[in-house]
Amino acid sequence: MPFCISLTVNGVKRNIEFDDPRVTLLDLLRERLDLTGAKKGCDRGQCGACTVLVNGRRINSCLALALSHDGAEVLTIEGVAQGEALHPVQAAFIAHDGFQCGFCTPGQIMSAIGLINEGHAGDDPERIREAMSGNLCRCAAYIGIVEAVQDAQKAIAEAGRRDAA
Amino acid sequence: MNTFDYVRPSTVPDAVAAAAAPGSAYLASGTNLLDLMKVGVARPDRLVDITHIAGLDRIERLPDGGLRIGALVRNADLAHDPDFARSYPAVAEALLSGASAQLRNAATIGGNLLQRPRCAYFYDPFSACNKRAPGSGCDALHGENRLHAVLGWSPSCIAVHPSDFCVPLIALDAFVEIEGRNGRREISLDALHLLPGDTPERETALEPGDLIVALRLPARAAVFAGHARYLKLRERTSYAFAVVSAAAALEMEDGAIRQARLALGGVAAKPWRARAAEESLAGERPGEAIFRRAAEAALADAKPSGDNAFKIELARRIVVRALALAAAGTPARLPALPGSPFSSAPGALHDA
Amino acid sequence: MTLEILPQASPHIRHGSNIGQPLTRRDGVLKVTGRARYAADNHPPGMLYAVLAVSSIARGRVKSLNVEAAKSHKGVVDVMTSVNRPKLAQDPDEKSNPFMFRLDLLQNDRVRYANQPIAVVIAESLEAATEGAALLAPQYEAEPARVGLDGAESFVPPGVGVGGPAEIRKGDVEAGLDAATKRIDATYETPSQYHNAMEPHAIVAAWDGDRLSIDTPSQGLAMARGRIAGLFGLSPENIHIRSPFLGGGFGSKGLISGPQILGVLAAKLVGRPVKLVLRRDQMYGPVGHRPPTRQRLRIGVDGEGRLTALDHRAKTASSTFDDFFEAAADISHTLYASPAIATSHEAVRIDIGTPLFMRAPGEATGSIALESAIDEAAAACGLDPLAFRVRNYAEVEPISGKPFSSKALRECYAQGAERFGWARRPLAPRQMRDKDGFLVGWGVGTATFPALMFHAEARAIIRRDGTGLVESGAHDMGQGAWTALAQIAADGLALDLDQIEFRAGSSDLPDAGIAGGSAHTATAGMAIHSAGADAIAKLAELATRDERSPLYGAGNAGLVARNGRLRRRDDESRSESYAEILARAGLGEIEGRGASAADPAAQSTYAMHAHGAVFAEVKVDPDLGQIRATRLVGAFAAGRVINPRLVRSQYHGGMIWGVSFALNEQAIIDRRSGRVMNADLAEYHVPVNADIVSIEALLVHEDDPYVNALGVKGVGEIGVTGAAGAVANAVWHATGMRVRRFPIKLEDVLTPAG
Ligand SMILES: Cc1cc2nc3c(=O)[nH]c(=O)nc-3n(C[C@H](O)[C@H](O)[C@H](O)COP(=O)(O)OP(=O)(O)OC[C@H]3O[C@@H](n4cnc5c(N)ncnc54)[C@H](O)[C@@H]3O)c2cc1C
Ligand code: SF4
Ligand code: FES
Ligand code: FES
Repeated sequence: MPFCISLTVNGVKRNIEFDDPRVTLLDLLRERLDLTGAKKGCDRGQCGACTVLVNGRRINSCLALALSHDGAEVLTIEGVAQGEALHPVQAAFIAHDGFQCGFCTPGQIMSAIGLINEGHAGDDPERIREAMSGNLCRCAAYIGIVEAVQDAQKAIAEAGRRDAA
Repeated sequence: MNTFDYVRPSTVPDAVAAAAAPGSAYLASGTNLLDLMKVGVARPDRLVDITHIAGLDRIERLPDGGLRIGALVRNADLAHDPDFARSYPAVAEALLSGASAQLRNAATIGGNLLQRPRCAYFYDPFSACNKRAPGSGCDALHGENRLHAVLGWSPSCIAVHPSDFCVPLIALDAFVEIEGRNGRREISLDALHLLPGDTPERETALEPGDLIVALRLPARAAVFAGHARYLKLRERTSYAFAVVSAAAALEMEDGAIRQARLALGGVAAKPWRARAAEESLAGERPGEAIFRRAAEAALADAKPSGDNAFKIELARRIVVRALALAAAGTPARLPALPGSPFSSAPGALHDA
Repeated sequence: MTLEILPQASPHIRHGSNIGQPLTRRDGVLKVTGRARYAADNHPPGMLYAVLAVSSIARGRVKSLNVEAAKSHKGVVDVMTSVNRPKLAQDPDEKSNPFMFRLDLLQNDRVRYANQPIAVVIAESLEAATEGAALLAPQYEAEPARVGLDGAESFVPPGVGVGGPAEIRKGDVEAGLDAATKRIDATYETPSQYHNAMEPHAIVAAWDGDRLSIDTPSQGLAMARGRIAGLFGLSPENIHIRSPFLGGGFGSKGLISGPQILGVLAAKLVGRPVKLVLRRDQMYGPVGHRPPTRQRLRIGVDGEGRLTALDHRAKTASSTFDDFFEAAADISHTLYASPAIATSHEAVRIDIGTPLFMRAPGEATGSIALESAIDEAAAACGLDPLAFRVRNYAEVEPISGKPFSSKALRECYAQGAERFGWARRPLAPRQMRDKDGFLVGWGVGTATFPALMFHAEARAIIRRDGTGLVESGAHDMGQGAWTALAQIAADGLALDLDQIEFRAGSSDLPDAGIAGGSAHTATAGMAIHSAGADAIAKLAELATRDERSPLYGAGNAGLVARNGRLRRRDDESRSESYAEILARAGLGEIEGRGASAADPAAQSTYAMHAHGAVFAEVKVDPDLGQIRATRLVGAFAAGRVINPRLVRSQYHGGMIWGVSFALNEQAIIDRRSGRVMNADLAEYHVPVNADIVSIEALLVHEDDPYVNALGVKGVGEIGVTGAAGAVANAVWHATGMRVRRFPIKLEDVLTPAG
């Protein structure tokens, strides 16, 4: 195989060989690593369904060339829960019905986790809406999504306080 | 997407050398280039991946008080850099009004400056487009062109430059540093993008193989920090390109405008600096009448290139509003909806 | 089997038992962890990738394709064109019933719309197949495209919607207009829209001899299987389709589309499993859309503010080769009382893919025009638009004179208005400003959607241990079938939800009909419920005939089933568990069957519709025209609510589609070439999160004894209706400008310069 990159995917470091320079990070995950959680809604950066965290930041994996991300740490939806214990964002999406068909959901959740990490939105729903606008939801579960982000953020902050105490 | 050679230089000279081969293209984060490759509009033979070059991702204060921004700084990182946002708030607002959080996390400064037009006919390899295939014609000219140019266009091309970032930058006299085959040079951002004339395929002043290494903002651009805004009209509240946009920056002294800066986006093949309008404002007290006069000056040469006459009046109005918002003062915190009129409160002018 | 992957005891919030409870989604954990397997997530061993090449002209002929160039690209295995495409048992242009739409399966070199499939490239990798398709570089013999509503001669279609008449009249409209004191005559235009479910159409197909295994999203598994069986000359039993999750459908996955069949053909050609997924731009052509309309409404009103006439004429477009005619004017049959009503349709045939059902087909397009016109009529009379609607309230269905099986629209108006604060609305437009100077407007629209029932079957089994297994080939496209139908299934067997296993989403299960027409919960639900009842009746029969049972002699009617036990109605202390009854009878399980269908007697007696009232607030920048829908309240009455949490989400989604209809979405079609120039998700604007500020759905109580035994009407589509008009009317109220071409754009609401 002419190409080889090293990626840490969901905490596991691996060397990945492939034969084609054109492979995007999204297609690498979905078609070659059997991580099909991230979805392809447009393949052109226009919908957010493919959102994953790369080095802790949310990006559209469909517009990322896999080769260019040699050495990166990638977190996908498959790596978010701790065993059977859901991440607070995942639990909040269920509680607030932040999805219907569920196709945009992995991207929404990764985006929400990225947003909470970024820390710019705070609890302001208007800032959350703006910051989640890179994730289209044709089922239009937007109300539940914003509530879920707010709730999860609170839960994470509380857990942080408990840990600190 | 065609196959290509992939090279990953780790220094600027190596990158420039690697890009000397014909058919080469620099790959930054790829949010524009890969998109164009997927639709078949860009078909480079060789990708020179610049994202692993060390040292191009820094934001530095220069001894003269200016700011130097490496070409690989990510759009989001620049917008959220506290020092930067304090000094150049309209630029931060423009950055955050563009694309989506995910794209801003990836997109680089250099890539943003050099993103290609979004004209649907340019993006479609099956349409006639002088920019993509010189001499083939311009399908936009008598086509669906509601959002096309009203300033600086020619019958050979009526596309607009899509960048938000560039609009306040050009108002603030930004410079770009370029490394090319003949070493380093710098040009003003105003000189980077070209109007179409008869050669719409020439979009910028860059020569093949030229690498943008940095963007510079002069120290004097920070004098506008207290009165600077970016405003962007869109067809939805977020995640859309500008219908028209404006950056306005004022230096105020004793309640009067000492100097003004004004630029428009979404109106021409380049970010459009409105110098005559700026001059008309100098020394005046802010007020609707003089803002309106400035707007008239800014759009004096405008003419529709198709079904887009409305953009001319809209551009005048956004100029008036952006100036009014700038005069009212930069908000302490960036608004929740950057660039949106719905974040610009207070200050909507009342037509009634 | 995909069905086993649904955890049977997934953590859901419980508030008691089953129907009526706001349970969280049973498939929630799978969806939030990325484990829900959508069609394109499958990857059988040896699978190849197929990519479509589509036409870039709207009309003409493919002269040549550079098959050699494609084939010599590394990784390309084969290219399927009209020359080598495997034979079909049936002509894809054959049409033997109105639900059988003609498909483009490379049957010849004709091009009849832009983005029509013209070849399929099959390769070892997605990258190679994609580039192979680009290398085909088709040459065309192009003919001038017929574009838009004026692009061809218009005619009266043979039928509209699902076989309805193109023209209907009651009373004398011209006389009614003559007698009116106020008249409205206005023309509205709606654009072409594309479903754009987030999940592109995808198929993974694998042949094994004459057996065919398929993963593909489907809103109608049995019909899809039947269509494939017909095309390939297979027996339906040899085809297994799995569709456990759809990434949205909105009508575009109701009937199997051409590209999906091309995936099956490609797999046949190469003799290996194949995955074919549409690119987003390829969804603008071969998988249906909502056609454009131009609608003229004439309304007469008398001195009391009552309608004297309602004339609704719609013009629409269909493809040149098939029949789908959006029944836009039919909405005027059911909403407002008028002594004279006329509706009519005309159409043109232009070079587009065949339009199809898209969420509230006909109702959505018709509703925004009718609700705007009614608003204009109210304004002409100087009446509050809500009061005007109430004054013209239809006590019986206006067009037919039939009583409604139920209609709580008055309550919807009242509760919605109360919640919204409608009473504070100034009558005249352009009166309200917010503190920042933005224009504020409030509008109302009436929502309506027919309560339909189709045919479905289901199977319910009570197992040895007293638990239940319920099977229905139902479809979950986001509306929540996995949850709501399981709730019905549990109640049908009088078991706790945790005590039943529910299977759905696969073609080897009983035919659940189609998830369309907002009728799936009612249709599949009724079948499921009666299957449960049948199983229990059989069990009761066993018990009441068995001398050893405490229920002996009670007779079927003398028993009730509750919590897994049968009890004597007259003495509930005498009871026996399902497991005990089965054990004594020496049976491993007992099976019940159920079917559902519309009741023709009830249907001929009653008009059956769900109703609602939607109130909208918009803000408009007075100088710049930027518009935002800041608040919507919808109050809906749709019979019995199986799961209020899911129902609310359906209403939210529908109302946001209404916002999108009024303010955002539109295909931009080149007037010369007939091609969609914004065939993507960046320029085809659907609302993003920041567009939606506040949406509330009120569930108004409504008992309906006639629609079906469960009393369920549909909730999936009604939200689009009413909402679109309410937003448009709010824009008028904010600005004083009546925009009659949708979506409303910022330049439409700019005050003239000066
Ligand atoms: C869906 C979508 C919505 C968007 N919306 C907006 C918006 O609202 N406003 C807006 O302003 N932008 C918008 N963008 C565009 C986005 O800002 C650009 O894609 C991005 O800034 C490009 O940066 P990049 O690093 O990804 O560049 P790349 O895609 O890597 O490169 C872009 C071009 O610049 C060249 N290049 C890159 N870096 C250099 C360098 N240092 N020297 C020389 N040449 C170089 C490349 O060769 C290429 O031709 C949007 C993009 C998408 C996909
Ligand atoms: S406007 Fe310019 S970019 Fe667009 S088709 Fe014409 S030449 Fe090409
Ligand atoms: S698939 Fe990447 S943004 Fe749509
Ligand atoms: S849940 Fe269906 S697209 Fe978001």
